[in-house]
Formats: sequence, structure tokens, C-alpha cells
Amino acid sequence: MIEIGINEILWGVTIIFLISTIFCLIQLVIGKSIFDRVVSVDALTSITVAILGLFAAIYRESIFLDVALVYALLAFIGTLAVSKYQEGRDIGE
Amino acid sequence: MSVIILVAIVLLVISAASTLIGSIGIIRMPDVYNRIHAETLCVVGGSVLTFIALTLIGIGVEELSAHLFSLKSLIIAVFLFVTNPVGSHAIARAAHRCGEEPFPGTVVDRLREVGG
Repeated sequence: MIEIGINEILWGVTIIFLISTIFCLIQLVIGKSIFDRVVSVDALTSITVAILGLFAAIYRESIFLDVALVYALLAFIGTLAVSKYQEGRDIGE
Repeated sequence: MSVIILVAIVLLVISAASTLIGSIGIIRMPDVYNRIHAETLCVVGGSVLTFIALTLIGIGVEELSAHLFSLKSLIIAVFLFVTNPVGSHAIARAAHRCGEEPFPGTVVDRLREVGG
């Protein structure tokens, strides 16, 4: 009987998240318009943030969570910047 | 294994399943607006539930409780939960302004009817 602790479950969830990033990368390559690619990049960054949080729990280091917070903030600003640029407006207009 | 850890494990399994389903939906869906729907499942069902589960893990595991682990996880969960609708709305509005066509089976487009 293999002992299953919290670490093994965290690794399993990380592997499923990595499989999900493969689907997002396929959509990033085959996407027809720029908005398809922006949506897949947005999903990709959120999955990356979740993987960083899982690494923080696996290695018992809370410094990964600071990185994850800044990465989520920059991804949000990037999404807004691309969509407002395509719309032909400034941010905040 | 305490009850808090068990609840966290259930939340982690749900978040893994919805991330996988959402990322398959991003490929499968026919146009941008439906892809935004699948991406919301990916973010809110996947990442936010993961960070809520990490909050519970930070309470339940002894080694993690000293580093504000739970508080940081909860802050990230709230941040993702607030900013994802804003980003999705910006993308959908920009796509509609740029003339991105909905797929042919679409029944109604209220924003075009009011001249947005």
C-alpha cells in the first residue's frame, strides 16, 4: 500500500495543469484572430499562477506566492493593454 | 489527516478537473465569445479554487502557518476572482468593436441591435 500524502496530490494536480497548458498552447498556435490568442494567453497565465501556488505548497516556500501575485497583476494589465490597443483607445477611456 | 486537509484535497481535485475541461473547451469552442466562456471556467474554476484550497492547506499544515501563507493565497484568490471578469469584458468588447463575427448558429446579438 503506497502512502498518499498531501505532496503526492499536489504533484498530481500540477501534472494535470501542465497537460492543460498543452491545449492552451495548441490554441495559441492555431488561433485565427488576435482575440483567440489573447484568450488562450490569458488562460495560460492563470494556469501558470496556479502552478506557482502549488509549488509554494510543495516546497514549503511562501516566496513563490509573491511571484504569483505580481505575475497575475502583469498578466491582467497585459490583457487590458492588448484589448484596448485593438479597440483603438487609451487605457481608462 | 485532518478535516481541513480533506476539504482542501476535494477542492484541488475539482479545480484540476475544471481546468482540464476548460482548456479542452478553449480548443473546441467555435468563436471568440464561446472561448471566453471556457476560459472563465479555466480561471475561476481552476485557479481561484486552487488558491482557496492552498489557504486551507496553509491553515492545516504546521510548517506553512508561520509565513502568512494563507493570507497571501487568499489575496491572490480574491484578485483573480475580481480581475478575470474585467479582462474578459475588455476582450469581448474589443472583439465586437473590431467586427469579430459570432459563429453562424448564434441566435441573438443585443449589442449590435442597439448600435454598440
